[in-house]
Amino acid sequence: MTPHLVLRVVTKTLLSPIILFAFYVQFHGDFGPGGGFQAGVIFAVAIILYGLVFGLDLVMRIFTPRVVQIFMALGVVIYAGVGYVTMYMGGVFLDYDALVPHDTHHAGQHYGILFVEMGVGITVAAVMIGIFYSFAGRNIEISDEDW
Amino acid sequence: MNFLSVIDMSTLVDVILLSFLLLSALAIVVMRHLFSVVMVGGVYSLLSAAFFVNLDAVDVAFTEAAVGAGISTVLLLSGLMLTVRREKPMTRRHSYLPFLAVLVTGSALMYATYDMPDFGDPNSPANTYVGMDYIEKTKHDIGVPNVVTAVLASYRGFDTLGETAVVLAAGLGVLMLLGMGFTNGPVTGKDEDDQI
Amino acid sequence: MTAEFILGHYNYWIAIILMMVGLYTVMSRSNLIKKMVGLNIFQTSVFLLYISIGKVKGGTAPIETGGEGVMYSNPLPHVLILTAIVVGVATMAVGLALIVRIREAYGTIEEDEILAIDHKLEFGEGANA
Repeated sequence: MTPHLVLRVVTKTLLSPIILFAFYVQFHGDFGPGGGFQAGVIFAVAIILYGLVFGLDLVMRIFTPRVVQIFMALGVVIYAGVGYVTMYMGGVFLDYDALVPHDTHHAGQHYGILFVEMGVGITVAAVMIGIFYSFAGRNIEISDEDW
Repeated sequence: MNFLSVIDMSTLVDVILLSFLLLSALAIVVMRHLFSVVMVGGVYSLLSAAFFVNLDAVDVAFTEAAVGAGISTVLLLSGLMLTVRREKPMTRRHSYLPFLAVLVTGSALMYATYDMPDFGDPNSPANTYVGMDYIEKTKHDIGVPNVVTAVLASYRGFDTLGETAVVLAAGLGVLMLLGMGFTNGPVTGKDEDDQI
Repeated sequence: MTAEFILGHYNYWIAIILMMVGLYTVMSRSNLIKKMVGLNIFQTSVFLLYISIGKVKGGTAPIETGGEGVMYSNPLPHVLILTAIVVGVATMAVGLALIVRIREAYGTIEEDEILAIDHKLEFGEGANA
């Protein structure tokens, strides 16, 4: 009997609903409570749960530290990139109405908010996963009087 | 006399949640077993998330529950794993001066609240100018139902860019201090120049 | 000090008491992790004070549902506190990383022991603390 059998089975069952919920919160931030920050944290929690139950080596094979580092910066680049695209299309920095010009229903605002929240979600998720990797990858020196 | 005609239900929920918050904060000060301290800290964050829902701040409650009760507890437990598990007992002479300072600051702050507007007043200065304008303008300018997301991502989008940069800076800081363990396996702390 | 005054202000008073409990934990306890948890208490009580200011009696969450004549609570404090929560957890992460490095370098995380070690290093053995 493998150790922690209940934990393993429950984690395997719960992992996909948690990730699905993270995507739901990300994209429905416009219509209810939610948005980039909460979605990023929930996604990172799913990965951290997998790492806690199945071991750090397995989870580092899925999301290698190099990939996590790249995604940390990628979110900020996407956010600032939206600003530069609006400047290129004729508005000021982060003027979302310039993304879809001559539109009365503010489609530009919807596009702008979508991309911006995606950038925020990517950075927050990658930073939380990266911080977990840093703490969990450190060797512990336990002495007798600590416990 | 009906009890509910004097105090309405949300005030009762307020009072109960606030008293539990106070109890957990006092428990954190007194306890010495750090694992229990971190767990009660998670309970404190979750109770304050429930309190935020009572104050109509649903986005803030979501974020506080996810970040405060979730990630903060995981981070503190990881930090606990790498350091000690119990606090040393306190000597008596340490606690007079902080207690006096806290008493003076607390009474000054309480004296200042006499001038503050009543709780829930729709005509207070905080609730009359820019804040309520955002609710009316969002329907015409942006067309998104969630006003908090509209203000965060569009009206005050520049601040959110700075906030994302702060999160990135924190990730970089932890990376520089602890390393991510991908160069030849996990890194130990036994470098020669680290020991004192 | 009528009942209405107390009902209108008790939120602020409890938030201030919680703030002072957190501040006392930071100032008086010498264990570094206890200080971090105390700082967390302090931050969350400041958020409580801030969001209490934005509440409107008879209002609801600021998400437009299309109804007529609905009163909403003030959304501006919510936006500011959202930013503050995320920045708070970022600083806590960096603080904990520093505590781990301090433990590996000094062997302890009690503040007075760390100061004693530093003092001994600076002034040599036998110097009075």
